[in-house]
Amino acid sequence: MLRVVLQRLVLLPLLLVVFSLAVFALVQAPPGDFLTSYISMLAASGSTVDQAQVEALKRQFGLDQPFHVQYVKWMQNLLRGDLGLSLEYQRPNAELIGDYLLLTVLLALCSFVFTWIMAVPAGIYSATHPRSALDYVLTVLNYVGVATPNFMLALILMWLAFSRFGISITGLFSPEYVQAPWSTARVVDLLKHIWLPMIVLGIAGTARLTRIMRANLLDELNKPYVVTARAKGLSEWRLILKYPVRVAINPLVSTIGWYLPQLFSGSLIVATVMNLPNIGPLLLRSLVSQDMYLAGAILMIYCFLTIVGTLISDILLAWLDPRIRMER
Amino acid sequence: MTDGVQPPDVALGAAPQATEAEERVSLASNWKLIWWRFRKHRLAMASCAVLILLYAVVLVPDFFSTQDPEASVASQAFIPVQRLSFLDGWRLSPWVPTITGRRNPVTLRMEWQADPSRRVRVHFLTRGYSYRVMGLFETDMHLLGTSPGSQNLYLLGTDRLGRDQWSRLMHGTRTSMTVGLVAVALSVVLGALLGGISGYFGGWPDLTIQRLVELLQSLPTIPIWLAMTAALPQDWPPQKVFFAITIILALIGWTTLARELRGRFLSLREEDFVLAAELAGCSRARIIARHMLPAVTSHIIATSTLAIPVLIVSETSLSYLGLGIRPPAISWGVLLQEAQNIQTIANAPWLLIPGVVVIVAVLAFNLVGDGLRDAADPYGH
Repeated sequence: MLRVVLQRLVLLPLLLVVFSLAVFALVQAPPGDFLTSYISMLAASGSTVDQAQVEALKRQFGLDQPFHVQYVKWMQNLLRGDLGLSLEYQRPNAELIGDYLLLTVLLALCSFVFTWIMAVPAGIYSATHPRSALDYVLTVLNYVGVATPNFMLALILMWLAFSRFGISITGLFSPEYVQAPWSTARVVDLLKHIWLPMIVLGIAGTARLTRIMRANLLDELNKPYVVTARAKGLSEWRLILKYPVRVAINPLVSTIGWYLPQLFSGSLIVATVMNLPNIGPLLLRSLVSQDMYLAGAILMIYCFLTIVGTLISDILLAWLDPRIRMER
Repeated sequence: MTDGVQPPDVALGAAPQATEAEERVSLASNWKLIWWRFRKHRLAMASCAVLILLYAVVLVPDFFSTQDPEASVASQAFIPVQRLSFLDGWRLSPWVPTITGRRNPVTLRMEWQADPSRRVRVHFLTRGYSYRVMGLFETDMHLLGTSPGSQNLYLLGTDRLGRDQWSRLMHGTRTSMTVGLVAVALSVVLGALLGGISGYFGGWPDLTIQRLVELLQSLPTIPIWLAMTAALPQDWPPQKVFFAITIILALIGWTTLARELRGRFLSLREEDFVLAAELAGCSRARIIARHMLPAVTSHIIATSTLAIPVLIVSETSLSYLGLGIRPPAISWGVLLQEAQNIQTIANAPWLLIPGVVVIVAVLAFNLVGDGLRDAADPYGH
């Protein structure tokens, strides 16, 4: 157990170095840099560009230096916990990302919990009542849930809420709380808003997990040990929850490894459509405006979240399943 | 089940006297068995029909269009969906109501009224704008259309620039369905090659490839896709962007397939028939190509069918965010870009129809893929 965790922790910095190289190469890749697009934007709006100011900016951000020098400088700052300055906003990236990061993680975790709370009971019901009416309904819902892109679901829900009830369901806060400091009232307001993006983000995963749970449990229910337990007079619910469910849930736990990271990056699209305070839309804007240090910082955060998500699931799996613990 | 006409269930036990039907089963090729099992999935068969229809549109989108997808008439913006009726009284003669626009004096918006008393006749296989069929020959034949001089046909309404959404949807179908297919084909080549090498040789090639797969799989997919597509130069022509996007999607998509194939190859390597081939003096290349690959082909097909919808949704999402296929090229995601904000959707809900098509296509691929996977599994019930 401890060895699994240690192994992963040793690999983590190595992985981050490889990712940081890839990320830096990616944000550097577009032809031209922020200044060229900034200058052409200024020129398009009719204002003149002061050449001396451009040179000063170029030097300040090190845009005139070769790739490896820029990378080493960027990496050194990252290691010191300095995410750098945004070219577009002329403010520290850490300040821009600020609360957004917390809310991004919170949304993903909420969706994750929602998925499990919905998927496991639904899967158990479907498997214990195969071919019942509700089982068919759930199966149809699952297929549609998997097939619907989550931005489509967000659009449809927003449209229904707007046209039926005349309310606009965007953002995570009511207007009066958007800029307010953290307080109990603000948290309550957040909880009032977060459920809808949570469902939108989690629905596809719920559908997939329900299907896996149903199939696994159906396989288990036919095994002799279930018959034995039943013959010994165990009550049906206790029997199912105590033995086959525990076996059937194992493959589900192993999906956490890709599911949690998927929620982090999936929230990017939902957040853009629903206008949520999230690092996703910020990344999108920085990519379009070639604000490379901001884009690089956010991409590194995504990589970090993904690695941590995988790590958590590995630890969980080793803790839940003794067979995996023994193997290593 | 053994009525002689229908091929019987494959999992029949050995009968003392082989009937004609059983003989057919024991002589049938692997592909025939899969086809027999697949035919039993009614939903999968229906989905197959949907996919064939969609790919017919991919081949000749212009034939199914009613108008030039780029033709924009500013005065015809936001026309709602026209209801197509097939019966005129009791006669089969399709028609749509005439629509007239009136500007609302208060909101200054155009308001369109359908007038069912004035009918516009719709003809099948009629002449319209001319186009080239797959670059081979020129024709002006279209599936549907109105007679020249009468009102245009707006089956799915128009967008903010007055472009016919039905025709644009046909052209979007071509792009989106092709992206999915080509990206999966690339992933299969990459995944089969690297996964096969990894599983057959083991040792250091296996180790290197597995680390590479793990590295790619622990990347946050959507942000990295976005960063890669954002890096494409703005002045590239649409075709070049299209191919770049396809390659970007395939670059990350191949890993799952490689992983599964490696697992299959690892277990196949231990099988007796591989040992027999080795003892008979077959070369490695021959063992892989003649003996191992055929054993996994059906699995590859099923897995790649299930991978196509994932890639279609990815393309649609990227294009919707403005970093995938770019206008003037048309794809499902580009069409959905018209439905960016809630005001537009509230005024023109028909702009969401391309999204429904996405869902139908993804559903069809998933059902066919599931059916294929079950049919290809020799141990299935």
